[in-house]
Amino acid sequence: MAQDLGYGTTAGVQAPPPGWLRRFLDGDIFHAFKRSPLTITASLIFLLIVMAALFAPWVAPHNPFDLRTLNLLDAFTPPSWTGRGNPTYLLGTDDQGRDVISAIIFGSRMSLVIGLAATVLAMILGVTLGLLSGYVGGKVDAFIMRVADVQLSFPAILIALLIDGLARASLPKEMHDTLAVYVLILAIAAAGWVNYARTVRGSTLVERNKEYVQAARVIGRHPLAIMFSHVLPNVLGPVLVIATLQIGAAIITESSLSFLGVGVPPTQPSLGTLIRIGNDFLFSGEWWITVFPGAALVILVLSINVLGDWLRDALNPRLR
Amino acid sequence: MIAFVLQRLLQGIVVMLVVGFIAFSLFNFVGDPVSLMLPPEATQADRDAMRQSLGLDRPFYLQFVTFVENALHGNFGISLRLGRPVSTLLVERLPATLELAMSAALIALAVGIPIGVYTALRRDSWFARLLLTTSLVGVSLPNFLIGIFLILIFAVWLGVLPSFGRGDTVALGAWTTGFLTQSGLKALILPAVTLSFFPLTLVMRLVRAEMLEVLRTDYIKFARARGLSDRAVHFRHALKNTLVPVITIAGLQLGGIIAFAIITEQVFQWPGMGLLFIQAVQFADIPVMAAYLCLIGLIFVVINLIVDMLYYAVDPRLRAERAGAGGH
Repeated sequence: MAQDLGYGTTAGVQAPPPGWLRRFLDGDIFHAFKRSPLTITASLIFLLIVMAALFAPWVAPHNPFDLRTLNLLDAFTPPSWTGRGNPTYLLGTDDQGRDVISAIIFGSRMSLVIGLAATVLAMILGVTLGLLSGYVGGKVDAFIMRVADVQLSFPAILIALLIDGLARASLPKEMHDTLAVYVLILAIAAAGWVNYARTVRGSTLVERNKEYVQAARVIGRHPLAIMFSHVLPNVLGPVLVIATLQIGAAIITESSLSFLGVGVPPTQPSLGTLIRIGNDFLFSGEWWITVFPGAALVILVLSINVLGDWLRDALNPRLR
Repeated sequence: MIAFVLQRLLQGIVVMLVVGFIAFSLFNFVGDPVSLMLPPEATQADRDAMRQSLGLDRPFYLQFVTFVENALHGNFGISLRLGRPVSTLLVERLPATLELAMSAALIALAVGIPIGVYTALRRDSWFARLLLTTSLVGVSLPNFLIGIFLILIFAVWLGVLPSFGRGDTVALGAWTTGFLTQSGLKALILPAVTLSFFPLTLVMRLVRAEMLEVLRTDYIKFARARGLSDRAVHFRHALKNTLVPVITIAGLQLGGIIAFAIITEQVFQWPGMGLLFIQAVQFADIPVMAAYLCLIGLIFVVINLIVDMLYYAVDPRLRAERAGAGGH
């Protein structure tokens, strides 16, 4: 980047090809980005949440999971500006004296990790099955697409619930508690692969008949190699858009499951778990235990959805 | 038409068999039903006797046939958690869920269609933009959070509406309804509004998109050229034509609403099937899970079938297309 700046300004000298960052900054997508204040705000908020989640142990004012620092006498402290509050606990404390804002920071870490992991897993699963379906065709295609049809007629939350219930019934209790996070990721991913598979299958059907694929086939490359090194890069564009929009959906599914009490164990709470805990105290007037994690969840999902919406429009040439 | 219906019916039966097979596998392979039903001090002889009486020693496919037969008779075994027949439990809970889902669907249509029409006709007004932005926020709000906020405002702070349960119900034969008592209706408001939120935004966006599409067509221009009033053009010509896809989507959404009721029922402790199911998941109560799965599958298949047939009957283009494609 620094080199580009140095050469590019010299008159008469042919500028070298600009670096990727320069190309990106001059490109259509960044131009569209600069013109949308809503998108800029959303990405700043999202970045802020990711940073806070990433560095949670250093950013959070308290460690909500260190039992030694918890003091039951501090339980149910209202937010600090309400008059009865304590300035060390900005957003108040919950029933066990845990600092609400620290719990939110650690909770959004959990929500983000599960949302991202589930999205990536669903993407890998869906893209692989979609490639297979579109490239191999025939019975494989018919089978995968029928399964997709059946699954699509059930809402994602029901499928995730079912997989979670299955794991609960088949694993011993202690094992399920340690594996809960992985089970959750798997359940959400298994509920979300269909979108990717359908999209990738559609574009693979188009790509399959193009000359470069025929050429690769003629020189005798293995079908798997053709699928993954030739076709895959050409069908990936729409997949990324779906993935962005799916992160928000995955986080909502995770928080719903955790709220229903079948998600992550209470020892590693996600935002949904925090909301469920706070829900028990709604009637006794301790609204802050629920409302702040709830607001954090909405802000997180909203910022991701705004980014996804914008990306979809920016990558869609028909809308430019 | 008959070939089309038969084909769809066959598809539905296949889907139900698949769902039934999943439910059956849940039943037989997740956990050992014998050890779940017998006390821990049972002897091997007891186990074998139990196994034989349950038919678990027979070949796999015969067991599946028996399962399907039982399911067709509405026999899904005994709930492990409550010790009562699953079918009785589901029948008891069904009215609560259906009343909730129907009310939510009605709210979604009654509010969503006018807002959709308004945002399409006055697309540049600030109020239409506000409604559209609100709907985007609505999509990002998890259902349970809407419920919690509504409870906080209307039950905790204002104290005007109940926050849990169904209120008083009246029994009409086997059906218990909350529609006929004042407390039942009051208890219905918050859950129904919560559950209607997502389908409402969907209906609104759909009506708006369809209206914008239809308003561009030639026959609308022609209607205007004939000097018809705005009112007649918008409502008699444009809206009528947008309603076909809206009814389809709304119909398909009804199944989704019933399934989504799981979350709403948990928030409001609404005594429906969803609450039963979520408790079954928490306690690994396999018979209830299997039966709920079959029931939801059946509801989905029936709704899909009805919507397909309605669509076919209403939209002549579909008929022509199918004839042209050689009855695909």
